[in-house]
Amino acid sequence: MNIDLYGFGPVLAAGALMTIKLALSALCFGLVLGLLGALAKTSPYKPLRWLGGTYSTLVRGIPELLWVLLIYYGTVSLMARVGEWLGIADLALSPFAAGVTALALCFGAYATEVFRGAMLAIPKGHREAGLALGLSRLRIFTRLVLPQMWRIALPGLGNLFLILMKDTALVSVISLEEIMRNTQSAVTVTKQPFTFYMVAAFMYLALTIVAMVALHFIEKRAARGFARAEQ
Amino acid sequence: MNWEVIIKWLPRLAQGATLTLELVAIAVIAGLLLAIPLGIARTSRKRYISALPYAYIFFFRGTPLLVQLFLVYYGLAQFDAVRQSALWPYLRDPFWCAAVTMTLHTAAYIAEILRGALQAIPRGEIEAARALGMSYSTALLRIMLPRAARIGLPAYSNEVILMLKASSLASTVTLLELTGMARTIIARTYLPVEIFFAAGLFYLLISFILVQIFKLLERWLRVDACQGR
Repeated sequence: MNIDLYGFGPVLAAGALMTIKLALSALCFGLVLGLLGALAKTSPYKPLRWLGGTYSTLVRGIPELLWVLLIYYGTVSLMARVGEWLGIADLALSPFAAGVTALALCFGAYATEVFRGAMLAIPKGHREAGLALGLSRLRIFTRLVLPQMWRIALPGLGNLFLILMKDTALVSVISLEEIMRNTQSAVTVTKQPFTFYMVAAFMYLALTIVAMVALHFIEKRAARGFARAEQ
Repeated sequence: MNWEVIIKWLPRLAQGATLTLELVAIAVIAGLLLAIPLGIARTSRKRYISALPYAYIFFFRGTPLLVQLFLVYYGLAQFDAVRQSALWPYLRDPFWCAAVTMTLHTAAYIAEILRGALQAIPRGEIEAARALGMSYSTALLRIMLPRAARIGLPAYSNEVILMLKASSLASTVTLLELTGMARTIIARTYLPVEIFFAAGLFYLLISFILVQIFKLLERWLRVDACQGR
């Protein structure tokens, strides 16, 4: 099967690269947000618990597209004011920065719940053992809880990453040149919407398959030393 | 925060919200109907029956809804056969395009939920049904599907909320649902924060109400009573 891309192949490839960059950047920030959210939600301090709960409920209840638009268009006046204060003219969030912020925010809200579940799945005795050994609370978290949590949280995070990768298409709405946006430009020129959107669909499918294979290996590595129960 | 503007445009936003609700209702109900045969076929042990649903589910879960929406709304017009068919008046209309795409999209997810639920039914219960002399189709209708409905209901309610959020994509094909309406109002008032905030509140309110409805439904179907252990 040979599809005529009318010379738009490199443009689409550049779009794919941008999509990957966007997804990975959002993943990094989102993981940090999720971890902070989970820590806040399991903290013994009530205001922190309230903050974590509000964050995850609020962000999960509002569509991703609305976040993308809100962060891109809503911060214009705010950024202009900050720019004025700093003495930089025309300070504004680039589509990429806005996209990463919005996607990381949404990823973080769902990751909060995944991390929280993983934290609760670690037996209390492990923490107590750490305390008995005289480890500080920070040490207990980084050396005891975090490495074990990782393994439990991975499948959930993997699912979230697959969702995140598909949500990157939304950032095309604020004219970031990723797969969708470049496909749209190709469609305007060639008037072959079905062909090009199908190509875009298969690019996302390919990315999904790559991510799934990668996740499989990461999960396998994280689970080393753990025997699975015979089914 | 300019509250007066929010209050002034509230009726228009509510109008958008009704369109959002229509879209979601069509998608999750039609999607469920489509998902039942898909999910059952997906659990089949015969490869030639389960292959097609598998491919369908893989495609619709692996690609963004936005791509699917553009494929239907812009893509179908590429073919003359589609433009001359009797369905063209519907496929030209953004509302039906969005409704059809969302239905196809959510059907894939619901089919996967149904498959999980069907496979989670304790094997003994199905064997008991067969031992009582029920045919496979009777057992499916009388035992397995009612059981799967209760196992899958919480996941289905999640899917409905996800579809509520996904319906915002319909604004990209010129539909004036909640997000589309908010964008139109912003084009006129230049107050993105206020109007998007108000639209966000509408989404939160709708999802809150949906969650309450599903809680009632779970109680009505006695979901917790089925979790026998």
